[in-house]
Amino acid sequence: MAHDHSHAGHDHAHGHSHDHSHDHTPKGLARWLFSTNHKDIGTLYLIFAICAGIFGGALSGLMRAELAEPGIQILTAFVASGSEAEAENFYNVLITYHGLIMIFFMVMPALIGGFGNWFVPIMIGAPDMAFPRMNNISFWLYVAAGILATMSMFAPGYGQYLGFAGGWVLYPPLSSNTGHPGPAMDLLILSIHLAGASSILGAINFITTIFNMRAPGMTLHKMPLFAWSVLVTAFLLVLSLPVLAGAITMLLTDRNFNTAFFNPAEGGDPLLFQHLFWFFGHPEVYILILPGFGVISHIVSTFSKKPIFGYLGMAYAMVAIGFVGFIVWAHHMYTVGLTVNMKAYFVAATMVIAVPTGIKIFSWIATMWGGSIEFRTPMIWAIGFIFLFTLGGVTGVVLANAGIDHYMHDTYYVVAHFHYTMSLGAVWSIFAAWYYWFPKMTGKMYREWLGNLHFVFMFVGVNLVFFPQHFLGLQGMPRRYIDYPEAYAHWNMVSSIGYAVTLVGMIVFAICMFDAFFVYRKKAASNPWGEGATTLEWTLPSPPPFHQFNELPRFDKGGAHAFH
Amino acid sequence: MAGAAGSKNRRTASIAAGVVALMVGLSFAAVPAYRAFCQITGFDGTTQRAEKAADRVLERKITVRFDATVNEGLDWTFKPEQVDQVLHVGETGLAFFSARNLTDRAVTGRATFNVQPAKAGIYFKKIECFCFTEQTLKPGETASMPVTYFVDPEIASDPNLDDVQTITLAYTFFPWDDGGGAAVKGVE
Repeated sequence: MAHDHSHAGHDHAHGHSHDHSHDHTPKGLARWLFSTNHKDIGTLYLIFAICAGIFGGALSGLMRAELAEPGIQILTAFVASGSEAEAENFYNVLITYHGLIMIFFMVMPALIGGFGNWFVPIMIGAPDMAFPRMNNISFWLYVAAGILATMSMFAPGYGQYLGFAGGWVLYPPLSSNTGHPGPAMDLLILSIHLAGASSILGAINFITTIFNMRAPGMTLHKMPLFAWSVLVTAFLLVLSLPVLAGAITMLLTDRNFNTAFFNPAEGGDPLLFQHLFWFFGHPEVYILILPGFGVISHIVSTFSKKPIFGYLGMAYAMVAIGFVGFIVWAHHMYTVGLTVNMKAYFVAATMVIAVPTGIKIFSWIATMWGGSIEFRTPMIWAIGFIFLFTLGGVTGVVLANAGIDHYMHDTYYVVAHFHYTMSLGAVWSIFAAWYYWFPKMTGKMYREWLGNLHFVFMFVGVNLVFFPQHFLGLQGMPRRYIDYPEAYAHWNMVSSIGYAVTLVGMIVFAICMFDAFFVYRKKAASNPWGEGATTLEWTLPSPPPFHQFNELPRFDKGGAHAFH
Repeated sequence: MAGAAGSKNRRTASIAAGVVALMVGLSFAAVPAYRAFCQITGFDGTTQRAEKAADRVLERKITVRFDATVNEGLDWTFKPEQVDQVLHVGETGLAFFSARNLTDRAVTGRATFNVQPAKAGIYFKKIECFCFTEQTLKPGETASMPVTYFVDPEIASDPNLDDVQTITLAYTFFPWDDGGGAAVKGVE
C-alpha cells in the first residue's frame, strides 16, 4: 500500500525526513505489532474479525450438518470417544462458542474496533484517536482473549469432555463447579475478562476522542451519525461491561475461592447471576447493532443523494435506544418466577424500544423517498439490512409479551428472532460497511456484479436458514439440543440447505475480494460514490495518507465543510 | 500530546474510568442489595420470619403442602411427616419433617427453603424453624424437625393472591461444613 506523500505538494526523496514526523511510516512487523495508527489498528481488528467470523461460521456449519436430519450422525466423528453422549456435549460446546465468538470476536471487533477505529477519527476531522497507545493495547488484549477462548474449547470442562457446554449466557450451576468443574470454564472467564477490558479501554478512547477532538466548528449536532452511533455504543460499553466483569468474577471466585455468590446451599442465588448477566446482555445487543445503524444511515443517504431524513431524531433515537436498553433486561428471564407486576413492567418497557427503532426505520425510508437512488452494492446490502432487521424487530415485539414468551422461551422462535436482528441485521451492516468503505480503505474497487452475487446468495441462504426456524419454534422445538423428533425434520433440512447456500455466498465474497486485490486491481477515486458522499473520509485520497488532517478541517465560520 | 488538549483528554478518560469502577462496584453491591430486596419483598418466594403469631384468624382456608429434598452431596433421608395441612389464614400451624443420617459419622446440614407460588412468599411467615440454624445428626440418628408457621391475614387484601388455595413449602437440605466454606463442590 502506498501511503506516502501523495497528499503533499512537495515530493521529498524517500529518505527519513524526521523533521516532518507526519511523513514517517513504520514498516513491516513494527508497523503492525506496535501500531498506534488508528487506520492500521482498524485494519488489524477487521482481519481479526474475519478470522473469527470464519471460525464461528464453521462451528455453525457443524451444527447445521448435524441438525439436517433427526438422530446423531455427524458429531460422533468429532469426539474422542465417538459416543453419542460426548457428541451431545460437543454440540452444546459448538452452540456456546459459536455465540461467544460471533458476539465478542466477530461483530464487536468488526463494527467498533474495525470500522469505528478507521472512520470515527476521520469523520470528526481528528488526526488520530485520543490515546493511540491504549488503542494498541485494546487490540492485542483482544488477541489474547481470542487465544484463551480457543484454548478453553480444548480444555476439559465436564469430566473428560472438552470445552464449556453451558451456552453463551454462562448460567450457574452449569458454569459453576457443579456443572463444569474443569479448567475450560476458568479459561473462558479469563478470556471474557480480557475481551471486556479491551472493549472498555476502546470505549474510553472513543468517548475521549469524540468529545475532545472534533474539528473546529463540528458541534455534536453536526457530527456524522456513524460517530454518534459509536459514541452511544461506547457509553453502553462503559456502563454494561463492568457488570459482566463483576458477575464473571463472582463466578470465578465461586469456582476457585470458596465464595458462594451463586450457590443456594450457602445462601447464594443463581438467579442473581442471570440478573447481572442480562443487565449487561441486553445493552450488549444494542452495542452490536447501533454502529450498524450508523453505517446504514450513511449508505442510505449517500446512494439516495439526500441528507439523512430527521438527522437529530436519528441521533437521539440511538440515545433513547441506549437508555431504554438498560431497563428491560428481565425480558430475557420471564420464566424464572417474576411476579405479574414485574413482568407487566418489563413487557411495557421492552415495547417502548420499538418507538425509537421505528423512528430509525422510517427515517431511512424517508431518506430514500424522492431520492435519486443508485443501487450500488453497499446500497443493496443496506436495503437488505432494513428489511431483515425490521423482520427481526417484529418477532421481537411478539417475544416481548411475557405471556407469549412463556410458550416461546428457549424455542427456535427465539433463535430465529435474534439471528434476524444479529446475524442478518448486524452482519448485513458489516457487509454494507465493508462494500461502502472498501474502496476508501484499500484504494481499490471491486466488481459490482460479484458484490451483488454475494448479496443474492447470502440473502437467499440466510433466509432459508432462519425463516423456517420460526415455524420450528412455533411448533415447540426447543433450542440447544443435538437431536429432535421426526416431526421437525422437514424444516430442519430446509434450514441446513440454507446454510449451504450461505456458504456459496461466502465463497463468492472470497472470490470478490481476491479479484479486487489481485485481478481487477482498479484504483478507487477519493470519492467513488459521487455527490451523495459528503462525510470527511471522501475528501481524503483512497487509501487515506498514513497521517491525515495536519491542517484541521474547519466547520465554523469560514470553513468549507457542511453536511446538513 | 500538547499540554491543554492532553490534560482535557486525561480528564475525560478519568471520568469514564471512574464510571467503569463505579459500575463494577455496583455489580458487587447488587449482592447484598438483592438479598435485602428479597427479604423485604418476599420476591421469588423468599419466606418471611415473624416474631409472634398473627393477631387475627380469617374464615378463608389454605392448604399448605410440604416438600423435602436432599442435595446429593448429603447422605441423609429427609421427608415431611405429613403431606399437607389445611388451616385458616392467620392460624398457626406446626409441621414436622423427619431426617435420618445414613452415614456412620456425625454430619451437619442446613436447609434452604422456598414457597410456591412465588408470589405467596411474602405472606408465608415462619415463627420457628429448623432451617434457621444448621442441624447436626449423629451416626444413624433420626430426628423430627419442627416448623411453626402461619399465613399472614394480609393475604386477603392482595387481589393478586385471590386465586391461591394451595401453598407449597419446600426445603432442600445441603451439607454444611463448619469452616463456613463450601461443602458442595463439584459432584465427584
